[in-house]
Amino acid sequence: MANIQSNFAQSDAYLSALIREVHATPVAPVIGRRGFFKLAGAGAAGLVLGFQLGDAAFAAENDAAADGAIQTMNAFIRVASNNTITIYSKCPEIGQGIKTSFGVIIADELDADWNHVVMEQADINPKVYGSQGAGGSTSIPRAWDQLRQAGAGAKAMLIAAAAKQWEVDPRQITARDSVLTHAASGKSATYGSLAAEAAKMPVPDAKGLKLKTRAEYRLIGKGFHGVDDPKVVTGQPLFGIDVQRPGMVYATYTKCPAAGGKVRSFNVDEIKAERGVIDAFALTGTGLMAEAMPGVAIIAKDTWSAFQAQKKLKVDWDLSEASQDSTSRFSEEAKKIAMSFPQKADENIGDVDKAFAAAAKTVEAYYEYPFAAHAPLEPMNTTAHWHDGIVEMWVPTQQPDRGLPSIAKAAGLPEDKIVLHQTRVGGGFGRRLVNDYACEAAAISRKVDGPVKLQWTREDDFAHDFYRPAGYHQFKGAIDGNGRLDAWREHFITFTADGKKEASGANLTDNIKFSIKAPNLRRGTTMFPLRIPTGAWRAPGDNAQVFAEQCFMHEMSSVAGRDHVEFLLEAVNRDVPELAPKDKSVNFSPKRVSDVIKMCADKAGWGKTAPKGSGLGLAWCYSHAGHVAQAVELSVDANKRIKIERIVVVLDVGPIIDMTGSQAQAQGASTDALSTAMGLKINIENGRIKELNYNAYPVLRMPFAPMTIDAYFIQSDNPPTGMGEPAFPALAAALGNAIFAATGERVRRLPLRDLGYSLAI
Amino acid sequence: MFTLTVNGQSHLVDVPEQMPLLWVLRDHLNLVGTKYGCGVAQCGACTVHVGGNPTRSCQLTIGDVGTRAVVTIEGIGDAPNGAKIQKAWLEASVPQCGYCQAGQIMSATALLNSTPQPDDSDIDAAMAGNLCRCGTYIRVRQAIKNAAAKPA
Repeated sequence: MANIQSNFAQSDAYLSALIREVHATPVAPVIGRRGFFKLAGAGAAGLVLGFQLGDAAFAAENDAAADGAIQTMNAFIRVASNNTITIYSKCPEIGQGIKTSFGVIIADELDADWNHVVMEQADINPKVYGSQGAGGSTSIPRAWDQLRQAGAGAKAMLIAAAAKQWEVDPRQITARDSVLTHAASGKSATYGSLAAEAAKMPVPDAKGLKLKTRAEYRLIGKGFHGVDDPKVVTGQPLFGIDVQRPGMVYATYTKCPAAGGKVRSFNVDEIKAERGVIDAFALTGTGLMAEAMPGVAIIAKDTWSAFQAQKKLKVDWDLSEASQDSTSRFSEEAKKIAMSFPQKADENIGDVDKAFAAAAKTVEAYYEYPFAAHAPLEPMNTTAHWHDGIVEMWVPTQQPDRGLPSIAKAAGLPEDKIVLHQTRVGGGFGRRLVNDYACEAAAISRKVDGPVKLQWTREDDFAHDFYRPAGYHQFKGAIDGNGRLDAWREHFITFTADGKKEASGANLTDNIKFSIKAPNLRRGTTMFPLRIPTGAWRAPGDNAQVFAEQCFMHEMSSVAGRDHVEFLLEAVNRDVPELAPKDKSVNFSPKRVSDVIKMCADKAGWGKTAPKGSGLGLAWCYSHAGHVAQAVELSVDANKRIKIERIVVVLDVGPIIDMTGSQAQAQGASTDALSTAMGLKINIENGRIKELNYNAYPVLRMPFAPMTIDAYFIQSDNPPTGMGEPAFPALAAALGNAIFAATGERVRRLPLRDLGYSLAI
Repeated sequence: MFTLTVNGQSHLVDVPEQMPLLWVLRDHLNLVGTKYGCGVAQCGACTVHVGGNPTRSCQLTIGDVGTRAVVTIEGIGDAPNGAKIQKAWLEASVPQCGYCQAGQIMSATALLNSTPQPDDSDIDAAMAGNLCRCGTYIRVRQAIKNAAAKPA
């Protein structure tokens, strides 16, 4: 048993580390600390720049371009003699629009002509690029300085080349739309014509580069079309699933439906005799959920043949170490123990008992939300080709750099024998922070002659996710004689994989801890052991906890008879030193919270009289460094059908890079949040997932989608932070508060369809 | 052996007759724009036109296609409404992850073919079978309206 426990815990620890990492405040990018480096081995074709260490591929490329037609300015930028500028996006495109935003940031500092910029996906090389993940809405804040320095550094070298050629003071040269101009002499030249000389210029010191101020941006803040959109709308190959290699074969990989089960044997002869099947074999994997679990690989000449054979597969599973978890049992148990506050408090500020005794009013409530699957529309897949001692892979992943060690381990090769190519990703939502499917493909490829594409079925995807954990909150709050929030007691019931700390994604987030500023506060946690793997689901923790916390906050203001907006503003601006972030780099700001709440209230028409059956709800959150308020206006009919009249979302994530993309994220995250709050729930029975396709997991569809979602941005001079997650968490709370305003009924359990609610067409 | 006309081109494919059109297109004709999402006609990512009708290609076997012409996302831009929809999609910046968009565009084009001036309920009915996990519905609806407003 100890060994099993250790396997579960190890896998969970990996995921927890990932979540911590993506939650962490952006670190200073590599370039800021180390500056530019000249690369060894740069050939006669010109000087090549890297940001940390030499990358032979870039040097070789310049050597190859012996005629100097294309100059690699650095690992992010290449300038062709025809003035086309290629910019490499280092992080995965998962629908958050990063490939566009990264280009805009570099092109702005470079003063490049955006109409002649071509965006390409960079290969995986953390030594050159630093962090190459997409998670926790951190791509922008982590890369912000690095990308601007890449653009400004390349521009400085172009200017230096022109200054030398024209024998003028470089400070008198201006750059615009990929052209340099010296006004006094009337000289001008395109970047393309200067690139060869520019590449020979001394490499500027990153610290000495003068970066633009907000007022000087020419591109940042405008709206852009997604750089891959023309390929998307014409069906060109982009995604992992689209990868085709000559001679490629296709694989399925079948794992135990109860997490943790192992293969004893399977009907190998029968499977091998199936039409189109080339081979079938069992793998033991690495034994870790986050890597490769035991299973059966079927290799076939096309996907359908592999799927058909998989349906005939009969595996004798060793269930001795498999999960026997049951969600209905968790729900019952949680409800039973909710009122027994744990002996040991995690947080204890002031004296809640005294505050309750002296309170003008007290409120108690119990909240609950379910497990959830990510269910991105592109099912997990990876193409892998073992050849010449390496495994070359095409992986739709959010975390290619962090995946490398696991993939190498699964392949049984050192990391430098794994070559990872990034593909566009058909939805992340946190699912693809884990590279389990890539690990499986790597292991399978070692037994296959030629390239092999591992393709999960949708059912595989639902059955083997890293789920958003359920959670249960028992609250008691106190209102003082002045109608203020005075005390907050919370018993949080959650899950553990190792028996010591919360499973990944199952801890009460720091964001929540900063946000509930009660002068008397006591929180305690009870953890149920869990064998089902959990993980990061869009805005981990916040995505459901904010629902419970901000709805209960509304219960408090209602009982106090206060205006909710006033109550929220008063509460968030309370000075409770114990609740201030200890880490000074955390950007949580009550002022920024107040500003988004006020603007949201204003835009939503807070305070207006609503007709009977209609209501307006508002909630806020601090999530993934973004300050956000959301409002929902709706009506509810006698059959509990909800008509969403309007959704307003106000965000402060610093300056916006791409307004079109940011609007899309605000609308998309709000829609996703509405979808999840209304209908999404994973049930687990005896370790098996009950919902295995979309028919049982009702992701919101067009007829029920809001007609409009109004997104507003407060653009400040604070460094920009990510947009992928912040617009998710507060929506469900605003929805719940609006339902109360419309009907007087409190909704304390998600999804709302379990309480009889549905969306009206 | 089946003869299949896709985007105006005739192909001979040697596959079992039970193989869904989706996998014939993707694995045997290298037309990977049509996407696999659920395999049970729940998500609409595999939508193509068969004999002019929007069809979930994961449910239609190659044996049942018969002589009907197949049009996929790779070929829909050759038809006026397809081109109009694609252009509207670009102008409205509809895609987020983009994975569902081939199916959305195929359904939207079929809608314009049958109902040149769709109202909201027409859009709801025609697009209800196409899931978007990123939640791009607002822009999908807008792009359809924009395309419909353009002269043919």
